[in-house]
Amino acid sequence: MMKRLAILGLGFASFATMATNAFAAATTAEDAEIQKWKIICSAFALAIAASAGAFGQSRSITSALDGTARNPGAGADLRVTMIIGLALIESLVIYTFVICLIIIL
Amino acid sequence: MEKFHPFLYLGFVPGFDDFPNVVYSWAVMFFLIAISILATRSLQTIPVGSQNVIETIFEGVASFVEDTLGPEGKPYFSLIFTLGIYIFLSNVIGILPGFMAPTSNVNTNIGCALTVFFATHYIGFKKSGLKYLRHFTGPIIWLAPLMIPIEIISHLSRPLSLTLRLFGNITGEELVLGVLMLLCLQIYLPLPWAMQMFCIFGSFIQAFVFVLLTMIYIAGSLEGHDHDEHGEEHAHTN
Repeated sequence: MMKRLAILGLGFASFATMATNAFAAATTAEDAEIQKWKIICSAFALAIAASAGAFGQSRSITSALDGTARNPGAGADLRVTMIIGLALIESLVIYTFVICLIIIL
Repeated sequence: MEKFHPFLYLGFVPGFDDFPNVVYSWAVMFFLIAISILATRSLQTIPVGSQNVIETIFEGVASFVEDTLGPEGKPYFSLIFTLGIYIFLSNVIGILPGFMAPTSNVNTNIGCALTVFFATHYIGFKKSGLKYLRHFTGPIIWLAPLMIPIEIISHLSRPLSLTLRLFGNITGEELVLGVLMLLCLQIYLPLPWAMQMFCIFGSFIQAFVFVLLTMIYIAGSLEGHDHDEHGEEHAHTN
């Protein structure tokens, strides 16, 4: 058990060094500046996208629950449609996430 | 995303460094094949043991496909079921430490998505022949020059959105799990249990959404023709 934990720790230490290596690739001051702004932009983009997506998803869930409360018989159909809608809303946030990955890496 | 994984169990397989997703995809496939062979080796009328479990899953998915696609969708059940269990297992395997989700690589996902893309168009052409092309011309024939580019772009964006949705979700899950694992190690907790449980749920939802969208696309290429004819008649009466 301890040996496995040690291996795990070593693995994560190498993970951490890899992560720092990715950022240490910036050598000149200008590169460091660009890298910094990349991280800031990605964080803000993901924050805005996540908040807007969460708002949209909350609205769709509210409407679906309202409909189910008024007509419980339609619950199954509403649930399936709601999940499709949630997936489509969520995919926009996921696009932002992918673009952030592309920007940073 | 394989560089985020500090260690992987199947690293001894030749060619692993270049294609870890393929290796883990084969692991998932071997597991599924082994389960299927074990469950169907001695089939009984009154199922016991593993046959019972497999039959429950099978019947659940079958009734769901029946509800969504109707009796017409029965031939395509095998495609949908295979995609569903493969994607679900691929997502879930990434939650375990030392395993990598094959779906956290874009190439696995675009394989599944292109399969769906070509399958829907093949089904459409098989169902209604050359009249399937009317799907692309819109409800009124003289709107065709406007509608054809829009339809082509919207059809081409389907595999892209399927791919990126699955990829982003699973990659995000793995990144979050990795970060939480780092945090957990600092307070001497072996694994982030709660987040792993949540990720099982998320993996199921992603596989479900993929399958659901596949079914909707298949339903669109199966049933759109009647709708178009109605639209045309409507246009004539106008």
